[in-house]
Amino acid sequence: MSFATNDSATKQSAGVAITAEEIAESGSTASEAVANYAVQLGDDALMLGQRLSWWISRAPELEEDIALGNIALDLVGHARFFLTYAGTAWGKTEDQLAYLRDEEEFRSARLVEAENGDFAKTIARQLYYSFYSYELYTRLVDSKDETLSAIANKALKEVLYHQDHAAVWLNRLGLGTEESARRMQAGLDELWPYVGELFYDDENTAELAGQGIAVLPSSLEEPTLERITRAITEAGLEVPTSPTARGLDRSGATSEWRGYILAEMQVLARRYPEAQW
Amino acid sequence: MTENTSTSNAWPLWEVFVRASRGLSHVHAGSLHAPDATMALRNARDLYTRRNEGTSVWVVPAEAIAASDPDSKGGFFESAQGKSYRHATYYQQSEGVPHL
Repeated sequence: MSFATNDSATKQSAGVAITAEEIAESGSTASEAVANYAVQLGDDALMLGQRLSWWISRAPELEEDIALGNIALDLVGHARFFLTYAGTAWGKTEDQLAYLRDEEEFRSARLVEAENGDFAKTIARQLYYSFYSYELYTRLVDSKDETLSAIANKALKEVLYHQDHAAVWLNRLGLGTEESARRMQAGLDELWPYVGELFYDDENTAELAGQGIAVLPSSLEEPTLERITRAITEAGLEVPTSPTARGLDRSGATSEWRGYILAEMQVLARRYPEAQW
Repeated sequence: MTENTSTSNAWPLWEVFVRASRGLSHVHAGSLHAPDATMALRNARDLYTRRNEGTSVWVVPAEAIAASDPDSKGGFFESAQGKSYRHATYYQQSEGVPHL
């Protein structure tokens, strides 16, 4: 499909971008190693999308409901890409991976699984995750795996906005009232110990990074933290110094929240298998 | 507005204007609430350009817009009725003028 075909000088077209369906139909099959990497990236996006969608109808203003809902949908979209691609290795669909895997089979980081808390804590998480994923996707576009590269290319445009949304709110809460600054600082402090997990090099990812397919997580630490530090300082807040929480392997063994999220997210698909609507 | 006004419902109203593509004018798309201009632009992007509607967005504080009074319709708009000489079609095309 060419970008020129749908374009008109006066009308906006729906545009052309990669879809999960195209990935499923493309015939490209992920290797076991690539699939495990894609699951990791997909699970982060899926869990955060699920968490953020809770805010719909609960955000401070209707406009913010829609902003967080938009971001949640973007993230679920990223999860669809990655899980669809991972599924090609095992003959599974995105839905089977999202809804029929058990707690210990997920590979999400605790940062995205943590409870939403108040609006400031949710913004703190958006800050950490969106800045990290921006660094991740800007490098993953150069992946030797064409599908991963295409997914990163699509996700990057959306993550740019997620970063902007988080930074704008960080500023307003940090430089707002005494109460908003206190809450923003508390949110940043509470989630800080879980940031380190994003930069942990597991064996599979490190091997794929060596082949130019994956991005080495530890290589993202410095650029991500540098920009996060600057953003927090500009918002008049303190960069937390607490140490990273133990248990970095994403196995779920040290996750307090994963099971609760899945119970809610998966209940419909498990109670009515193969349901269509 | 006093200092004590609850801030939770006090975000001001903004009017949103979206330009669909180059060469067209910005057209009023709707309104929204936002605490300041930067946030108003972000919200406008989320609310009014979800389906590739725009290439440019303006936000204007609703209170900065002076509007005509709907009750003064007669004097304001209807006095133009019957003044057909204000329309180009009123005039006869002169002979011998090419390309008109």
